[in-house]
Amino acid sequence: MTTQEWKFTAKDIANKPDLFLSGHRACAGCGPAAVLRLIMKATRGPTIVTQATGCMEIVGSIYPYTSWGLPWLHTAFENAAANASGIDAALKALERKGKVKEHIDIIALAGDGGTYDIGIQALSGAVERGHDFLFVLYDNEGYMNTGIQRSGGTPTGAATTTTPAGSKIPGKLEKKKPITEIMLAHDMEYVATATPYYWKDMMTKVRRGLEVNGPAFLHIFAPCPRGWRTEPAKTMEYSKLSVESCVFPVWEAVNGNRQLSTPSKLIALAPQKKKSVTDYLAGQGRFRHLFTPQNKHIIDEMQRFTDERWERLLLKCEKA
Amino acid sequence: MKAKQETIPLNGDEAVALAVKQCDVDVVAAYPITPQTIIVEKYSEYVANGEVQTEFVCTESEHSAMTACLAAAVTGARTFTASASAGLALMHEMLFVTSGFRAPVVMAVANRALSAPLNIHGDQSDSMAERDSGWIHVYAENAQEAYDNIIQAFKIGEDIDVSLPVIVGLDGFTISHTLENVNVLDDQSIKQFIGERPFVMVTTQEGKTVPFKLDPANPMTLGPNALPNYYFEFKRQQEEGMRNALRKIQEVNSEYAKISGRNYGNGLIDAYELDDAEIAIVCVGSVAGTLKVIVDELRQEGMKVGVLRLRTFRPFPLEELRNALKEVKALAVMDKSMSFGGFGGAVFSEVRSALYEVNQRPTIVNYIFGLGGRDTNPHELRKIFEDLARIAKTGRAEMSVQYLGLRE
Repeated sequence: MTTQEWKFTAKDIANKPDLFLSGHRACAGCGPAAVLRLIMKATRGPTIVTQATGCMEIVGSIYPYTSWGLPWLHTAFENAAANASGIDAALKALERKGKVKEHIDIIALAGDGGTYDIGIQALSGAVERGHDFLFVLYDNEGYMNTGIQRSGGTPTGAATTTTPAGSKIPGKLEKKKPITEIMLAHDMEYVATATPYYWKDMMTKVRRGLEVNGPAFLHIFAPCPRGWRTEPAKTMEYSKLSVESCVFPVWEAVNGNRQLSTPSKLIALAPQKKKSVTDYLAGQGRFRHLFTPQNKHIIDEMQRFTDERWERLLLKCEKA
Repeated sequence: MKAKQETIPLNGDEAVALAVKQCDVDVVAAYPITPQTIIVEKYSEYVANGEVQTEFVCTESEHSAMTACLAAAVTGARTFTASASAGLALMHEMLFVTSGFRAPVVMAVANRALSAPLNIHGDQSDSMAERDSGWIHVYAENAQEAYDNIIQAFKIGEDIDVSLPVIVGLDGFTISHTLENVNVLDDQSIKQFIGERPFVMVTTQEGKTVPFKLDPANPMTLGPNALPNYYFEFKRQQEEGMRNALRKIQEVNSEYAKISGRNYGNGLIDAYELDDAEIAIVCVGSVAGTLKVIVDELRQEGMKVGVLRLRTFRPFPLEELRNALKEVKALAVMDKSMSFGGFGGAVFSEVRSALYEVNQRPTIVNYIFGLGGRDTNPHELRKIFEDLARIAKTGRAEMSVQYLGLRE
């Protein structure tokens, strides 16, 4: 990985033409749409984007319209990383024959369903084979495109249409799968987490991921007003709260050496600034049923679990 | 101009691997499965020894293998994969996507039974189950033809008017693992024959004419979602590619005959002693070899018998089949797969339907045979002709669908 210096300023971003263009059909306040617009501005040169089936694939490519200013490929749901593998193999072969003359970056995009669940096999395989691509997971914690169903990325307690808040079962009982730990276990050169409220941090991580000569993984936490039952105007607020409550700490690991990124580092340095899980959950319709006496223990359990994961993360970062 | 040829002993899988090597393929993405495995093993040796420039991707599943081939093809690469049985079934979703993209991926299928029960041996259940996936399906009779068909498949599938993926079927073990003397063309002749991969040209918003592929210089959105207002037209265009393939397969068969001295009927059907035949058998794949020997024997005995091998099953050669069989009085169709709950096998259904509008259509019966690698011997095949002779005389068949070589 090169250590090239660059800065993303608001002015730079405003001046760079959009590559994920307006006119797409995402909902008001869509977190993932904001993410795509920003991260496409962090590309560094010729780039091919490939995407798994999902909200962000659908909203930007309704024939005969497109929101993509880059060459873009969608083939199916479970195979964004396999698409990237094929593109990478083709570019290498064509370069060898002199038919491709410049380096082309590859970004694979998938939601939590296309990463945690149906896409994990293709992802793991592509990373093991060392293809040169950046995999960006935009995590809105559910199958929102099909109408808000539970995924392996849905957090404990959340009500979805397949884990409804019933009188006996109060939403999803299981924990959110630790996807970044799984990716780190692949001995990847670059794994990081980000969320769009901290846009400079997120864009910087996209660029670092692209600079890696091999596979890189970026987990972006992207609130979904429709699926989370939150106000569209509060998307960035929840993005911020997820970090402040340590529900979604931001960090990056270069060759396995993990460092907290500034927003989370500030909380580590001043623990009194850490917000409670309740602060994050309040106002999210998907957790509304937890704010009752009989379900309060679930929030307590979530707080305990969040603290535990945070403490573990601090230890892992200290070791680095 | 005739190519230089060399005769070397190869099994069907090795012959396929050699053909792929000679076709200067850019990307091979594959996953091992019996009885296809020798193809990828052999190809891996070419890669390891620097005999090819191919990027070889050992994917973690057949689903990813087909995905990677498709993605590589739309990035501009000539691509190949091989599979069989469960592997092909796992690709099912991506087969439709690949044909929908009009991506000319070539795939060898070493035809094998489907589970359950698990069985690694040869039958055609796997590719017959994919007959509606939008791929061109060409079946070989022997290792020589498997070799020849791979070379032709690139030229057919990559043709601009066709632009479709091609499955080259070779019967598992019977062809894939059986050593034959194969006449191999020289590299240069093959290179000239198939040429560089052509691309469909499209006009950009700026009015530039550019190749249809992923290219940062000319960004295109590939694989959009088409709603009910457009989807149907895409599918109709795909069918047009299939219609064009009927012509292209015949052209390529003739052109290839010029350099190799070998042709396979007209490319669509391989008619053997059919001109004056009163009874005939329609089949797909290697069983045609044995049937032709029996036809020779029966002709010696004075019987007017013939064989029609469907070399191309998709697109289905309707007119050619009708013309070839219009004088036949009794016809047997052999299926090496089942269509559970249907009326006979897939080939039977198609052939019977094709002959419906023939004025004096023959009495048609179906023989399902060889499932899970069950051996089919010449004696059994001879018996079919004997049954047909009886049917031709009476014009009546007692059983429309029968199972050959089955314990019942």
